[in-house]
Amino acid sequence: MLFIELKIGDKTFIEIMLIKKPNKIRSYEITSERNYLNRRSFIQSGCLIAGGILSQGIHSANLPDQPFDKLEKINKSEFSTDEQINNIIDVTSYNNYYEFGMGKADPNRNSREFQSRPWEIEVSGEAEITGNFDIEDFIKPYQLEERIYRMRCVEAWSMVIPWVGVPLVDVIKKFKPLSSAKFVKFETLYDKKRMPGQKSRVLKWPYREGLTIAEATNPLPILAVGIYGRALPNQNGAPIRLVVPWKYGFKGIKGIVKISFEKSQPKTSWQMAAPNEYGFYANVNPKVSHPRWSQARERRIGSGVFASKQPTLLFNGYEEHVAHLYDGLNLRRHF
Amino acid sequence: MLAIKTVKYYVKPAVFLLGLMPLLLVIGDLFEITGTLGANPIENMQDRFGIWGLRFIVTVLMISPLRSITGFAWITQFRRMIGLYAFFYVLMHFLVWLLLEQNLLMAAIIEDIATRPFITIGFIALLILVALASTSTMNIRKKMGNNWVRLHSSIYLASILGVWHFWWQVKKDITEPLIYAIIISILLLYRLRKKYSYT
Repeated sequence: MLFIELKIGDKTFIEIMLIKKPNKIRSYEITSERNYLNRRSFIQSGCLIAGGILSQGIHSANLPDQPFDKLEKINKSEFSTDEQINNIIDVTSYNNYYEFGMGKADPNRNSREFQSRPWEIEVSGEAEITGNFDIEDFIKPYQLEERIYRMRCVEAWSMVIPWVGVPLVDVIKKFKPLSSAKFVKFETLYDKKRMPGQKSRVLKWPYREGLTIAEATNPLPILAVGIYGRALPNQNGAPIRLVVPWKYGFKGIKGIVKISFEKSQPKTSWQMAAPNEYGFYANVNPKVSHPRWSQARERRIGSGVFASKQPTLLFNGYEEHVAHLYDGLNLRRHF
Repeated sequence: MLAIKTVKYYVKPAVFLLGLMPLLLVIGDLFEITGTLGANPIENMQDRFGIWGLRFIVTVLMISPLRSITGFAWITQFRRMIGLYAFFYVLMHFLVWLLLEQNLLMAAIIEDIATRPFITIGFIALLILVALASTSTMNIRKKMGNNWVRLHSSIYLASILGVWHFWWQVKKDITEPLIYAIIISILLLYRLRKKYSYT
């Protein structure tokens, strides 16, 4: 057994490797074992818990208030892919989160001081139940699930990330949307002091995203509160973010403070910034190029310098679950 | 005034080593000695080689103005070396794209060059630099006479195409390409002013 200490933010992780060939191991191979434990819980548990604690059953979700704290009672999901999971270092150090800077390494650097408590989510619009909810109360009614999803960025790279979250459809149903609710709109926190990247005018703040009600009630999207069995790191969108695996990553709005049920299609941030390049739907589609680059293939992060790019799949490989949502829709026009 | 010998034996090797530094740092990061290439090593290498190519192009454009301003004639001795470094880093940028990013898949390469304007522009800039680098020896320069000067003034075109290529590939934040565009514009205006003030 081999131990390697990792520092992410102010937390120290101990990477534990069970390996046959210790001299040839690469970090991304190690994490696929998902044996990331922080020092404290490692000492507490005193033994190696491979694959994290996963149990099946119905439990109310308890959300710890610090990034990287352990999440309990997580169910597995049939929607998870069995593809090689990315290294936690890649997932937490290569991010697009302009609220904390525009470079890929900026969110990790600039979000360390960010406090995601107290955190309120305002639910409004065309629904029977609306109001403001503390994040803990907001998440409590639902069962946490691990969803290992492919994440395809519009910049033609991809990762496989073990999210922990709750199905968006369960959340939506809880608020009883009216028949007039055709779209769901999401907004990120707007606070220049806490999110220094918002001083730049690169996007119109707050960050805005949206889904059709049919998309939002599909079983695939989740509101994620964690990765790798632990509470969401700040750079990944703490305390709560959207994950829509068949759409480009920018649809996965982070640090959500507002959810509203809308009659008409909401304006979304990237669409407002460059309407000819980023659409409302933003479905992963190898045949519809970005005006400046091809979307036919993608670079899988962690695959190494000499690996070739892999073909991008329609709807990021989730075609069987979502293709019916777009029957009769011209995907080239509604990109 | 620096002695010819000082320039030849000390300054030149120093400039040569300085020019090599970006390459050595990329190699050092690749083998995780000096740092790391991060989660997306290919993008990292491509960006770094590309930006150094542009920096050396800008440097080469600064040589004439610097000589006029400072009066140090020996500065022009570095024009060829710095120009070749510009070509070298742009070539490395292209090779990383060709071999690692596109894996030599001809269909994808041709499609990208033909249908993606920012790649077309970058490719034209590369071709210009190939022409300049391959005619950079004293012998060829003498043979070409006035045509050599005419050909080599296309470094200005290459610089414009280079910054344009940079500008079009950034997702949203154009601050960095804008800085290069401003520097190149100033150098170009300086050059034009000089040209027309003589006639």
